[in-house]
Amino acid sequence: MVDKSIIGKTGKPFTMPIEWSKVREFARAVRDPNPVYFDPELAKKECGGIPVPVTFLQTSAFWQTAESAPPLDMFDPRRILHGEQEFEFFKPILVGDTLTGVARVADIYEKEGGRGGKMTFLAVETTYTNQRNENVARSRFVLVETGQAVGG
Amino acid sequence: MQAKLKFDTVKVGDAIPTITIDNVARPDFVRYAGASGDFVPLHYDQTFAEAAGIPTVFAQGMWTAGCLSRCLTDFAGAGQVRHFKVRFARQVWPGDTLTCRGTVTAKNEANGEKLVEGELEVVNQKGEATVKGAFRVAAA
Repeated sequence: MVDKSIIGKTGKPFTMPIEWSKVREFARAVRDPNPVYFDPELAKKECGGIPVPVTFLQTSAFWQTAESAPPLDMFDPRRILHGEQEFEFFKPILVGDTLTGVARVADIYEKEGGRGGKMTFLAVETTYTNQRNENVARSRFVLVETGQAVGG
Repeated sequence: MQAKLKFDTVKVGDAIPTITIDNVARPDFVRYAGASGDFVPLHYDQTFAEAAGIPTVFAQGMWTAGCLSRCLTDFAGAGQVRHFKVRFARQVWPGDTLTCRGTVTAKNEANGEKLVEGELEVVNQKGEATVKGAFRVAAA
């Protein structure tokens, strides 16, 4: 049985500085050659600063500690799948900003899988505010622990 | 921000720019692990993958999603994306070739912004969907 009591639990707020070297590295990793990530002058002209790639908030993993990260240790790492991911953006996020993120367990539930037995779903929402205390973004992911190996 | 998209000229049913990701390879997953901090070993550790009963390492879903999201910034401009949602349907393996594409499904205005919505997908060389998604971008 899953532990429903963790729904609503929040992690400790974590600080996430938005750094150019990380933005550039991330853009390269997802094969995105858009010059706004590589040319600060151009980025300033076109975007008011160097923007972040759409999925860049995934790098919050670097800034979270055991106290701020979602509770994943109950899952078997051999059987975890990323089911869904969602981002909403309310204000621009630019290099030089410092974000504060808070992760919250939005849901946990079980379902019978088609072929692999019981599956467990965990949904986590993270809200991000910037150094001006503006609400800039929200992310949500769903992780699935399958009943068998994920590539089978 | 880099507003590229003219609200008045976009039509429901329009295709957004397609991105082709040729020859997906293991170094893509290693580079993404380093860039993102996603060190789930199924994506780069062959020994771990085999022990888990999987033939070889496969892409982080968010690597594929990151490649897909470029369709939106090419379409609407960096900083113009308001919503991006993906669901992972199938693994992406080394050697795959991916096509990232999308279609406009709605236009509306909210909070003083002109918004364009649509659906997204990534298909592999066999035509199978690996990622399905939805988007909302701001237009000028």
